[in-house]
Amino acid sequence: MKLQDLSVYRGPCEVLSNLSIEIPKGKWTSIIGPNGAGKSSLLQGLTNILPSKGQISIEGVDIQTLSSKQRARSIAWLAQNNDAAEEFSELTVYDTVMLGRIPHQSWLHLPSHHDHHVVQQVLLKTHTQSIATRFLHELSGGEKQRVLLARLLAVEADILLMDEPLTNLDPPHQADWLIWQRELLSQGKTLVTVLHEIQYALRADHLVMIKEGMLHFEGASNDPKTHQALIALFEGRIRLEKLGNEWLSLPA
Amino acid sequence: MPSNQLPLKLLILLGLSTALIALGSILGSTGVDWHFADANRIILFEIRLPRSIGAYLAGALLGLAGAIAQSLFRNPLADPYLLGSASGALLGVGIILCLSSVGDSSIISLIGINGGAFAGALLGVLAALLLAGGYKSSLRLLLSGVVIGVIFGAANSLLTFVRPDLYQSLQSFMLGNTALITWNAALIMGMALSFCVVLTLLLSPVLSALSLGENTARTLGLPLDQLRLLLIGILALATGFAVAQTGLIAFVGLAAPHLVRHISGGRQRAQLILSTISGGILLLGSDLLARSIFAPLEIPVGIITAVLGGSYLLYLLRRGQIGMKK
Repeated sequence: MKLQDLSVYRGPCEVLSNLSIEIPKGKWTSIIGPNGAGKSSLLQGLTNILPSKGQISIEGVDIQTLSSKQRARSIAWLAQNNDAAEEFSELTVYDTVMLGRIPHQSWLHLPSHHDHHVVQQVLLKTHTQSIATRFLHELSGGEKQRVLLARLLAVEADILLMDEPLTNLDPPHQADWLIWQRELLSQGKTLVTVLHEIQYALRADHLVMIKEGMLHFEGASNDPKTHQALIALFEGRIRLEKLGNEWLSLPA
Repeated sequence: MPSNQLPLKLLILLGLSTALIALGSILGSTGVDWHFADANRIILFEIRLPRSIGAYLAGALLGLAGAIAQSLFRNPLADPYLLGSASGALLGVGIILCLSSVGDSSIISLIGINGGAFAGALLGVLAALLLAGGYKSSLRLLLSGVVIGVIFGAANSLLTFVRPDLYQSLQSFMLGNTALITWNAALIMGMALSFCVVLTLLLSPVLSALSLGENTARTLGLPLDQLRLLLIGILALATGFAVAQTGLIAFVGLAAPHLVRHISGGRQRAQLILSTISGGILLLGSDLLARSIFAPLEIPVGIITAVLGGSYLLYLLRRGQIGMKK
């Protein structure tokens, strides 16, 4: 996916200015930046939730030329947990996950056998099959987050955008999430995440750093230059340490 | 796929509906009437049966409108009465009555009243949305609906002031009344209900998607703005056609979706269908009460639904099932 001179607007404010980056296909890209930098706005610009200017293309095809359903089948988005309005959601877990199949369904048809099959598969994968008949508003934060992740996977899109997907997940489910990431990458999916947990973000293949609505740096996550840029992004208030094969972020 | 014995529940509710319609047809001012003399047959088939079926259909329209409103605005308090659409419909009826000397029950005059009620209902709900600055705050939307209801109520009072000859007709609409429902009126409501139910069921994925939030719904490739407007149109149509035949019936649209929430198993289509049926049962049941509590005197059914529905709303508030987003 290639972004050229992308500006994103929230109301009258330009929250992201002239961003030009390439998100490598089949890789995991992590967007990092301080609070209010424009990370979530970038994902929302890519999914047409927020208006944007500039060009977004997938394998050379301008996404403006795609229909809204084609676009929805290509790019799936997971909201920040508090964005999902479950407060008045009367949906069961099963039906919530089935919503991910909407881009594949025509108006007049009920979910197909294949739709049910896909939903069963992602429920199994996200360990949510045992709560399939429960209402979304009855679930704990972690359970809810897994269900929303299952909904994202049910879209079967090639590009998955996730805004703080680890929120409310306990350490075992964070570990599961990493396993799913690797599994999705092995299936050729392109992953783009916004993460506050830098040690998880450093496990991505590619890092994009944003500060005050502008591109700060982009590069491979294991490149020392990227690490220097990351420390500079947080004004030297973090340090990076290597533990085995993984990098850890610690307070400076 | 989770099973929730929906067909059985549906069958029980439909059985109850049929029983109530049958009861409504044999329940006279002097109690249940088991002997069908020729004179009684006319009363049964020309007065009681259309009235019972009509009351059921009006309740079903309001139940559907309530279910649409609550899902569309993600607001458990949304209903045609509280959103301002019912008072808008009543104003529409009042204006049509003022503009024409509609006294007979021919289909043309019915269409005039229905058209006016639909336009008024649409105006009412759009005005409440405009006043609330959208639908994101439950409390603001509710208060705006109440304000619109007061303003439209005042406009209706002005109509009766200007045209005192219409006072009785308008008063009957304000209190809610099923006594004058004819076969024509029942037919029109039946057609409106069929149209609204089919269209809403087709659009139900939109309502489901919206329960995950507007942004998520947008990423599923749904043209939300157009579809939301279409659903508001259906809401206004259902409310308008019910109000045009029965007047203001409070709280049926609010209570019906809540009553079936636990048996619909979280399925949007089931919730819509069951709310429609329970709306019919609620209004027809209330109508039977209105006819029998002080028999042979009959009280307006709107009073019964207001008392029952208001008490139910209080019960929901006390049980904490209804939260308020600021």
